[in-house]
Amino acid sequence: MTDSNDPLRVIPTDAPPVGACRKTGDFVPPLTLMGEHDLCPGCGEPLALRQILDSIEEMGLGQKAIGVIGIGCYTALTSLMDIDLIQALHGRAPSVATGAKRMRPDELLFTLQGDGDMVNEGLQEVIHTAARGENVTCILLNNGVFGETGGHMTATTVLGQRTKNSIEGRDAGEHGYPILIGDLLARLQGTAYCARASVHDAKGVARTRRFLDRAFESQMKGQGFSFVEILTMCPTGWFLPTAEGPDYLDQELGAVHEVGELKKDGVLIED
Amino acid sequence: MSAPERRLMEGSEAIAEAAIAAGCRFFSGYPMTPFTEVLECFAKRLPEEGGACINAESELEAIGQAWGAAATGARAATGSTGQGLSLMQESMSEITRAEIPIVIFNMARGQGDYYQATRGGGHGDYRHIVLAPQSVGEAVEITQLAFHLADKWRHPVVIYGDYLIAHTAEAVGIDRIDFGPLPAKDWAVDGSLGGSGRSRNVNPIGMEKGSKGIDPNRFWQNLADKEDEIAVAEQRYEAVDTDDAELLIVAFGTLARFARAAIRDLRAEGIRVGLFRPVSLWPFPSEALRQAAEGCTRVAVLEQNAGQMIDDVQLSLLGSVPVVPIGGISTDAAGFGIGALLDSDLIAGRARDAHAGRPVPRGVVT
Repeated sequence: MTDSNDPLRVIPTDAPPVGACRKTGDFVPPLTLMGEHDLCPGCGEPLALRQILDSIEEMGLGQKAIGVIGIGCYTALTSLMDIDLIQALHGRAPSVATGAKRMRPDELLFTLQGDGDMVNEGLQEVIHTAARGENVTCILLNNGVFGETGGHMTATTVLGQRTKNSIEGRDAGEHGYPILIGDLLARLQGTAYCARASVHDAKGVARTRRFLDRAFESQMKGQGFSFVEILTMCPTGWFLPTAEGPDYLDQELGAVHEVGELKKDGVLIED
Repeated sequence: MSAPERRLMEGSEAIAEAAIAAGCRFFSGYPMTPFTEVLECFAKRLPEEGGACINAESELEAIGQAWGAAATGARAATGSTGQGLSLMQESMSEITRAEIPIVIFNMARGQGDYYQATRGGGHGDYRHIVLAPQSVGEAVEITQLAFHLADKWRHPVVIYGDYLIAHTAEAVGIDRIDFGPLPAKDWAVDGSLGGSGRSRNVNPIGMEKGSKGIDPNRFWQNLADKEDEIAVAEQRYEAVDTDDAELLIVAFGTLARFARAAIRDLRAEGIRVGLFRPVSLWPFPSEALRQAAEGCTRVAVLEQNAGQMIDDVQLSLLGSVPVVPIGGISTDAAGFGIGALLDSDLIAGRARDAHAGRPVPRGVVT
């Protein structure tokens, strides 16, 4: 049914828009309390969060979900997430999620962690949780840098990447090699689903959403550990103009941490 | 209600059974002597009760798992020795700040973890409730009390045991003790509140949903105020033969039982000695100690370490009575804390010296 008096029906295209149309401006994404956040312009983390919350909502799990949040820039997003949460320590979210899942086996349990959180501080936690086949979903927001401290090297920083404590670029001889955490976790028997996505373009965002749906489905089917790594832009921590973030992700971070599904239904996906 | 059936149980088993009787349905731990058998008993019994026990890959993971279980409202516990608790301190600090009720067993190697247990142990501005049983029988009661106090105050409770608590067998009966009503866990997460505008965040950093700001002053002050209340409300102790005592021995945990035997012998000799046993190490029962020490010429602190609880004794007495240490470092070759000081004759000898004002040797070097 159409309403011919609705001023939004006709959008003038002969001049640039003066502001967001009401449909866009009034839209409140599902499972959120506020329409704004305090992260930097060009940050990929809010994009990733939006996909996570949309996925949970559309799978009908909004009232059956507990998120366990690590420590990083994304921690600030907890104030806008309208979903039950447990705030964990840096690196410890997979264990906290494990304990919660054992007591609430019917709920969707997911972690939200950065690369510093998961791959540096808490590497053993995520590996043990995967090896145990815990029926939880760990979500990694990987930007290859400690964003919150202002751009320092993490275990996923790619070779050549400049950070505040690898100022000439990460050097294999001096700093060692990046850990491809998705590839590592995929090879553990307890891992049922494992994928790496990115949010640097529309196609990547759609793929992120698809992989999240599959990971959550895997958990609700009780298949075991599931893992989604999402490459996110951090122009601030990469010392780049905001607009160059997506290309840097695609050409540098993404060239090492390659996107795609790594394991499905407990079966490795070989190239 | 009929009395529970009594049977011979090692402390480790009795503790696990008492925890289960108190409604504990989650445990996670990592083996370490003398704590290991507590983990074994939970691993056997919890699945039978519909609960879960995880053989954690590290103490860091053990406390994290218990944290997650407790945050959903379940009664949850973890434990180790003091060494393992060192690894857990970061989480113990944050759990205190997140106000999550949890019980942590320290089957300590002696009494060298007194500071760790009573001073907060990790970063930041907090303390835990710490309860120290002297026997397996008392451990059964204190374990159940610990879960009650944890829920009552939304605060971690540490149970300070040792090798003797974990490995001595006593005839005990285990029945659920009713400590009275508790507030509803209207802070815990069950996953049901997403999208309602009232979803929860069990967090240690003062984050509030729907608000970008944190008010750390209010957050920390609320915690400090709560700890002030606990400090007044939850002091526990036992005073034995203190009315006419000239010498008051202060000892906690299993060492107090050796002191009790020494006091019996000294009383038979006509030396008027009493025992003051803090059961809550934090809050330390300062007021009761002041009263027990009234009229004493000397207070002797018996502890199996280089001198830690003596600080709390001195802070309680504020110089009103001379305080002398009569314990000291005393352990076995393995470091399990079962040293030569666990000898009532040796303790009696030191108490005689302290009573007479003679110098008392420090430590027990064998």
